[in-house]
Amino acid sequence: MSDLIERIAYCVEFGKINKISPYPPNMKGQDGADELTKQAIDKGIDPDEILNKGMVVGMDKVGQKFSENKVFVPQMLMSAKAMSTAMEHIKPFFQSGAVQRKGKFVVGTVAGDLHDIGKNLVGMMVEGAGWEVIDLGVDVTAEKFVAAVKENPGCAIGLSALLTTTMVNMENIVSEVKNVDKDTKVLIGGAPVSNDFCNKIGADHYSPDPQGAVKFLNSLVA
Amino acid sequence: MKYNQLAIDNEKDLIFGHAPNPVKTRRGLEIGGGIVYPELNFTLPEMKIDVNDYSPVINHYKQIVSGALERAVHLHSNGVVLEFETLIEMTQNPDLGISIIKEMNDICEDYFAKHQLKSEIRLTPNDLREFERPARQRTSSLLDPMMELFEKGAEAGGNFLSIESTGGKEISDDALMMCDIKQFIFSQAVLGARDMEMLWGKIVNIANKTGVIPGGDTACGFGNTAMVLAEKKYIPKVFAAIVRVATVVRTLVAIEQGALGPDKDCGYEGPFLKAITGIPISMEGKTAACAHLSPVGNIAAACADLWSNESVQNVKLLAGMAPTIYLEQLEYDARLMNQAIKGGKESVLGLQKLFVDSDLYFDPQAFVLAPKNVIEISKEIVSGENYVDSTKKGCLKAIDLIEDAIKDELLMRDEKEDEWIKMLKDDISSIPGNESDFIEQVLPTIDQSKLILSEYGLT
Repeated sequence: MSDLIERIAYCVEFGKINKISPYPPNMKGQDGADELTKQAIDKGIDPDEILNKGMVVGMDKVGQKFSENKVFVPQMLMSAKAMSTAMEHIKPFFQSGAVQRKGKFVVGTVAGDLHDIGKNLVGMMVEGAGWEVIDLGVDVTAEKFVAAVKENPGCAIGLSALLTTTMVNMENIVSEVKNVDKDTKVLIGGAPVSNDFCNKIGADHYSPDPQGAVKFLNSLVA
Repeated sequence: MKYNQLAIDNEKDLIFGHAPNPVKTRRGLEIGGGIVYPELNFTLPEMKIDVNDYSPVINHYKQIVSGALERAVHLHSNGVVLEFETLIEMTQNPDLGISIIKEMNDICEDYFAKHQLKSEIRLTPNDLREFERPARQRTSSLLDPMMELFEKGAEAGGNFLSIESTGGKEISDDALMMCDIKQFIFSQAVLGARDMEMLWGKIVNIANKTGVIPGGDTACGFGNTAMVLAEKKYIPKVFAAIVRVATVVRTLVAIEQGALGPDKDCGYEGPFLKAITGIPISMEGKTAACAHLSPVGNIAAACADLWSNESVQNVKLLAGMAPTIYLEQLEYDARLMNQAIKGGKESVLGLQKLFVDSDLYFDPQAFVLAPKNVIEISKEIVSGENYVDSTKKGCLKAIDLIEDAIKDELLMRDEKEDEWIKMLKDDISSIPGNESDFIEQVLPTIDQSKLILSEYGLT
């Protein structure tokens, strides 16, 4: 594997965005994921390899450390920033089809609910795992989820809720989404939600944490 | 800053059940006047609110209040506060919220008449302004139903007015996730403080007009978000501890505007407010584990005047309905504290020492709530020249105390947090004491598309 690819993976793992970013302190002044990705493309390295053997590997490693409580969320967010900055160089290759993501993931906090920290964390980790994430925001109605499913055939859906009176809105959303495409996979999460509730409303997966969401989605394309 | 000295400057006077400025209610509760009362909090079970038929919702609240007050009578309770924290539908449609308060108040009256049980309702409308993004904190029409609910709800029987206001939340969530303490302090000492000034001016006016008590606010959406994230190991505990101190000044503004207490239960900044202003406070600890986990289960009771459970769903447990069960748990905790009060100051300090020592060194979030540390930090807060300066000084003092406790090998901590203590200290030290300089420093670092500066009086 190219040395550049390994260095990109390292920069993403440790959240080194670009040359001027001060974080992490021990890499101050060094090229970051941004510069290295551009260099890799200029050298003609396959963008798919840059993405999947560089950036995604770096995110995998930091995600693993996060799962083992070795790093905190801010460190993972720095990694995500490094990856998203580097992704700007890869974007043109998505349009040409030279690079493909694992799939599309539409995520939102359900109608009546404004809590979005958990949803944002899931979105960030899923994106880092190589998925395209479409974030519908908070207080999202069934109609908006249905519209997103129609616009993005084959996408997976993520629903978040933190209130006992808004979790019930998940059932309607699952039903409406499955009416459009019964094969659409729906995963749910949030403090009041459980596996039993997931089964009851006909969703496909309940995850208590962002790592579980990534694992489930990756299992769909394994 | 209105306050430049402490109402309680000796840790031995920062105790449960007594506040320098107690609050008396119409049915005879005297909060902070020598008795600790339970404050019961509750919510609906998993259910959909049908806009065409509110009776199932209202029946839940009637059942909750009847069950709790019946149990309170059975346990010879000194009195009970019931917090009605509205769900979105009950604020969007104030008539629903008002109907529930009226039904609850009728039951309170009935128990007062028949059993002389003293109970009061704390009315806490939810802050609807969050629904608009970016929020229009001052000009949103969503303020109208909130204020209508405050006023008509007070007339219907809500005797304490409170809110969990959200000014500054546009910035704080990201700041917490990134552990950016400067941005977080900006969200509290600049945005939050400005919003509290506007909002609490209105709430205090309504309270005065309707003859009820302006209770207080809570930084739950800020400090407790950090606490929950730290419990999940998403952010360092030491960061969450400093965040707690950084929330004090924001909530203090409600009292500057005329709030009298009791401050809201989920505001763990309460002990600081009590030390600075002398108002009574509500606190929650181990009996709030039904709603969220925390590292402060016992120490939170150290200077509580009301003792709360945060929130519990109206679901059936083995012994009965959950709110009734939680009333009993709160009542027994209150009974223990009240027995200590009967035994005199030494007895109070003895029980308080157990509350404090049993949690003190397990977590920096508990450590900063020890009465001794609360007094030390509060002294720094009131020495500040403005909200930013006060917050900076309070946070730096908290870091010093934490560092000393670590150096003395008293405070337990995860070694991977060590680098964060240094980063926090460096970041906070670099904050200018002047508000306008601080605004100039922070604004370029935040995503300004998420907030409307003019809604905070900033341009």
